[in-house]
Amino acid sequence: MTDPITKSASAMPPSAVDQSLLYPSPYSEFWQAFARNKGAFAGLLFMCLIVFCALFAPWVAPHTPSEQYRDFLLTPPVWLEGGTWQFILGTDELGRDLLSRLIHGSRLSLLIGLSSVVMSLIPGVLLGLLAGFFPRLLGPSIMRLMDVMLALPSLLLAVAIVAILGPGLINTVIAIAIVSLPSYVRLTRAAVMGELNRDYVTAARLAGASLPRLMFITVLPNCMAPLIVQATLSFSSAILDAAALGFLGLGVQPPTPEWGTMLASARDYIERAWWVVSLPGLTILLSVLAINLMGDGLRDALDPKLKNAA
Amino acid sequence: MFSFIARRLGLLIPTFFGITLLTFALIRLIPGDPVEVMMGERRVDPEMHAQAMERLGLNKPLPVQYLDYITKLAQGDLGESLRTRESVWKEFLTLFPATLELALAALLFAGVFGLLAGVIAALKRGSLLDHGVMGISLTGYSMPIFWWGLILIMFFSVSLGWTPVSERISSLYDIEPITGFMLIDTLFSEEEGAFKDALMHLILPAIVLGTIPLAVIARMTRSSMLEVLREDYIRTARAKGLSPGRVVFVHGLRNALIPVLTVFGLQVGTLLGGAVLTETIFSWPGIGKWLIEAIGARDYPVVQNGILLIACLVILVNFVVDILYGLVNPRIRHQR
Repeated sequence: MTDPITKSASAMPPSAVDQSLLYPSPYSEFWQAFARNKGAFAGLLFMCLIVFCALFAPWVAPHTPSEQYRDFLLTPPVWLEGGTWQFILGTDELGRDLLSRLIHGSRLSLLIGLSSVVMSLIPGVLLGLLAGFFPRLLGPSIMRLMDVMLALPSLLLAVAIVAILGPGLINTVIAIAIVSLPSYVRLTRAAVMGELNRDYVTAARLAGASLPRLMFITVLPNCMAPLIVQATLSFSSAILDAAALGFLGLGVQPPTPEWGTMLASARDYIERAWWVVSLPGLTILLSVLAINLMGDGLRDALDPKLKNAA
Repeated sequence: MFSFIARRLGLLIPTFFGITLLTFALIRLIPGDPVEVMMGERRVDPEMHAQAMERLGLNKPLPVQYLDYITKLAQGDLGESLRTRESVWKEFLTLFPATLELALAALLFAGVFGLLAGVIAALKRGSLLDHGVMGISLTGYSMPIFWWGLILIMFFSVSLGWTPVSERISSLYDIEPITGFMLIDTLFSEEEGAFKDALMHLILPAIVLGTIPLAVIARMTRSSMLEVLREDYIRTARAKGLSPGRVVFVHGLRNALIPVLTVFGLQVGTLLGGAVLTETIFSWPGIGKWLIEAIGARDYPVVQNGILLIACLVILVNFVVDILYGLVNPRIRHQR
């Protein structure tokens, strides 16, 4: 299909624009690099499925997640003996449909992931900008504070925060947001320090740009690539941490269908009903894997320098 | 070198005080009345309430409270558990070897297989094997380890009956704790089969805890190895006719190990965080399980100072790794 067009283009007089000399738009360039990575593309497809399930959960899910079918306790999935098409992935110990609970659980996981990323990205970038622009006094004190937070294993810090605030959805989000704050601050500061010595920043300064303008309009857009990658990666670790907190009984409380919380209550049925244990965990694993694959693809596409770095 | 250590040590002090501030704030940030929360009941008798406030030192102004806290820490007094009335430091010391043993076993597992997988993937770059290793390691990196533990228990313990499910050793053995490391203590004891029993108890938790570090080490080794293999000295080594094994392992891996070592150090935090989950699943009597139980029982002195101890451990290990890194890489040492 494209052959005649290129032929006619090459046949044109040299004054016409040579297509091969035109740069593709940054977006199409990015998309080409991203889509070439098969893993990243597969991850994107899977995430689209999860997002679709989350958005339309009440219509996609065959049953209400909290409805207990007392005659169908621990029904196995449909492909096993004793399974029925009524409950495709089987039921849990209270006779609730597992598939519906998993679908509704995707809402919580995405909600926790998204809100904790936003809640740590914005203050993290602000603090990182401040630390980068004021390297004398403010910067080092911010960085020391972040060192303190980094000294604690993230899950442990989250556990400690939840221990203070009490378990629950909102506190889980707060805990995870606080835990992922330091990496944003460090990344932003490092990127800002790298940009500050560039000529374009000096030019903007000389032109009389105000400090907020320098920070947000001149420098910040050039620091976005590592931040976008970090946001994806912390999205996946937010889902993992939320599930871990739920599993420890410190996160979202039952009967809310959160993936980690579902696993915690399924522990007692490990000998009799493998599906109540396996399926929620598999869902967590696949979602986290999908996001990490996307993160790898994003990193390679946005910042070729980082390619092959672990 | 001395000034390098001194500089790093200087950075450690503010971090340490920051952590004490954090753990100090921990109890004081509990919403509501701390005494009521700790006793788990409402409307405590006013006299007992006042006594408890006095005992916990909560009735003084905040700066004085902090000063008291620091003074006590300096004297090695970490308070006592509300449940057992045992000193927090003593409890930590009895439980810590269990966590250390588990963490070391996990690190050994992760190190051996991670390095091997990373080297193989780097040597066979772009092959199916490389993609397979990298795919598996990304899966390992994404693993919810609490679920991974349950799956392994389901398969190896419940279905196959190969490994036990919980604790460090079967209750029929009575092992005298000499070093606190079950594997070593069972060797000292005269009981037959105790060592094998302890080993079987250790395998699954170590695999579970080592999974994420394994994935990280494999990825890091691969990328670092790829970089080293492009260096001129590798070509020289090949050209002199050294055996491929010698080129890869002596000339290549040794230089590729430097960044991997840092990752080892950074994994200590991951290990201690993961220990909380692993120990909960396998009822492993270590500090992770201890902390979670303390949180459940609102045993705040344990929570507060347990977290302090773990944080100190992490910064100490990172400090040592920093120094080691400076030793192997002079460029870092002279950086300001």
